[in-house]
Amino acid sequence: MKRIIFLLLGLLSLSAHADLKIFATVPEWGALTKEIGGRRVDVFTATGGMQDPHHVEAKPSLIARMRSADLIVATGAELEVGWLPVVVRDSGNPRVQPGQPGYFEASKSVRMLEVPTRLDRADGDVHAGGNPHIQTDARIFLKVGDALATRLGQLDAGNAAEYRANYAAFAERWKASLAKWEAAAAPLRGINVVTQHKAFPYLYDWLGIVEVDTLEPKPGVEPSVAYLSQVVANVQAKKPRMVIRAAWNSPRPSEWFADHAHVPAVVLPFTVGGDDQAKDLFSLFDDTIALLLKASR
Amino acid sequence: MKSFRPHAVATLFGASLIALSSPASAAGDPDLKALRDEIAQMKQSYEKRINALESRLAQAEATAGDAQATAATAQQSLAQAAQGPASAPAPAQGNSFNPEVSMILQGSYNNLKQDPNAYQITGFVPTLGEVGPGTRGFSLGESELTVSANIDPDWRGTGILALAPDGGVEMENAYFQSIGGVGWGNGPSFKGGRFFSGIGYLNEQHAHAWDFADAPLAYKAFLGNQLGDDGMQLKWLAPTDMFLEFGVEAGRGRTFPGADNNKNGVSQGALFAHLGDDVGVSNSWRLGLSLLGSSPSNRSYEDVDSSAAAVNNSFSGRSRLLVADGVWKWSPNGNSTATSFKLQGEYFRRRENGTLSSDSLLCGGCTDSYASTQSGWYLQGVYQFMPRWRVGLRRDELDHGSVDIGLVNSGALTAADFPLLAAHDPTRTTAMLDYSPSEFTRFRLQWAHDNSGLGATDNQIFLQYIFSLGAHGAHNF
Repeated sequence: MKRIIFLLLGLLSLSAHADLKIFATVPEWGALTKEIGGRRVDVFTATGGMQDPHHVEAKPSLIARMRSADLIVATGAELEVGWLPVVVRDSGNPRVQPGQPGYFEASKSVRMLEVPTRLDRADGDVHAGGNPHIQTDARIFLKVGDALATRLGQLDAGNAAEYRANYAAFAERWKASLAKWEAAAAPLRGINVVTQHKAFPYLYDWLGIVEVDTLEPKPGVEPSVAYLSQVVANVQAKKPRMVIRAAWNSPRPSEWFADHAHVPAVVLPFTVGGDDQAKDLFSLFDDTIALLLKASR
Repeated sequence: MKSFRPHAVATLFGASLIALSSPASAAGDPDLKALRDEIAQMKQSYEKRINALESRLAQAEATAGDAQATAATAQQSLAQAAQGPASAPAPAQGNSFNPEVSMILQGSYNNLKQDPNAYQITGFVPTLGEVGPGTRGFSLGESELTVSANIDPDWRGTGILALAPDGGVEMENAYFQSIGGVGWGNGPSFKGGRFFSGIGYLNEQHAHAWDFADAPLAYKAFLGNQLGDDGMQLKWLAPTDMFLEFGVEAGRGRTFPGADNNKNGVSQGALFAHLGDDVGVSNSWRLGLSLLGSSPSNRSYEDVDSSAAAVNNSFSGRSRLLVADGVWKWSPNGNSTATSFKLQGEYFRRRENGTLSSDSLLCGGCTDSYASTQSGWYLQGVYQFMPRWRVGLRRDELDHGSVDIGLVNSGALTAADFPLLAAHDPTRTTAMLDYSPSEFTRFRLQWAHDNSGLGATDNQIFLQYIFSLGAHGAHNF
């Protein structure tokens, strides 16, 4: 009994002196927080790179981790609407409630694309705040990282300078990489592609790729074979160079389309951990651009 | 700011020197007093003007800083500069504070071999709720209207109206719950009002989120479908990486196994603990243990005695229910959109001690002791074999156990006078197939071989729809 008490006391004192505990909803924000927080943060990432971020369950493990979190780093724009509110509520943690400094949404620092002009579920899985898959544009990590460094400094004022310095170092490396990626992706500018789910408008906006059609008739709605044949016919004249899907999308629609439209099917990692090459933010974009270039040849 | 500040400080310093030195020279002199007041006023007005100037300067600096930052951002990348400003905040509208409203529409076509009006779970005291398999043919199910919103920074409120197809409206749930900590730091959360109890696994979920069209037999027999008392709940989440939660509830015993006692104090209460975690990225689980205690007085039910006369039997005493539950979910890489499997089971054990009275004319109205120990369980598996399609299989068993009726032991009445408590072990096997074209729609085909009633084996076919309109709240695990 005594040993248990000592153990509990030990645990409590440990948690009192530990670093900032970060609850990242998706791998890209987990990776970014590690870059900026460095040794000052303890990052828990709620989902994996192979997981559809729209459909996550409010698992007990997530509630347990949320209880001790100092900061949630989420995408926002309703991406996590299906699970995060329940986890935050059940955690009984006042610091991370929406509106508190412990609640950070990356999409707040980004100009949103595809903001719907009308909200109707007849249009499928639309998000009122715009398309939430912002992380496919590498440029946004500068803005989000800047805001995140400020927020970390706000929560942990003693180390604010360190967060700022980490961000500056990250931004320098990132800008160099951006220049490299943009140069490498120059041949992709203006090419036509077909996408399975509307997961990449930010990537296309960044690299100048043109999406001529999507395989899903409405966002989140599974296409039928009849619909897919119609897409094949519709885009024939536009000569798409490839069909793109995210690692977590069901392979069947894009494989079917690839066979019938005679174009390569490309599986992009979408986030850190989306494939074996995408180990961190830098390799995520190295891999994404390499895959696109390979398919466009 | 640097050129301005020393001057302001010097002025202020001079003014305060005068103000401080004046009382020393000649206190009480009216002229001097007037002078002092004047100086004090001057000082105040200076302070005001300095503050105003300082804030104006800070504003100007911030604007300049922003402009600088904007310029820097613009330089970063030409393409980025073309993007324009970050997203504008959502426009404030008059109805922005409106609560989230949603409605669940349910209905089914039922094909039942046995008359649903004669449905019973033989061997188990009838519950006060509606536990039968529904109506034959086409029927509208219960429609659920949910309204919820944050009330203020500390509380959230939820109201759920169950609209019965024949026109009745029932307040199914109406509760307030704390948002984060109840001001006692991390961990505790409080709920009050009418809510589904946290005991077991399925109890807290609403019927539209169940994986089968109806509740397991154990829920029907021991909780009258679902336990939703009026009262309060306190939960505490342990500060561990593994999910560990404890809860305590106190209520009035509005529903079975309680009997609305018309008594002050607490007539029904529960304790529960939940433990859960992940195994790798593909598996997660939760285990639970719950104890429900109730002291119903005059909990009555209708039966038919051996002379074929309708009688009213009523129980007073203590009822203790133990529930052990477990759920395990698997999905490759945690991606439950593609394929997933869910295994779930619960075990119930109930002991009741007290008195049972009968108003049967055969004994002229009599009362004697009553004791029972009964149990039941269900186990179900649901497999999503491709996106949007799931199959499920469920097995229900109830064990009649021991039922000791004092009135029968003493010879005042016979076992034939309590046909609803006759020795019988109900079982049921259920299979289902469901298809969900979108998150908000589900169609389900369910078949059950139901042996709940003694000598009344039923074959049930349900074709069900569930539609969800409006704000769609997140579901629990």
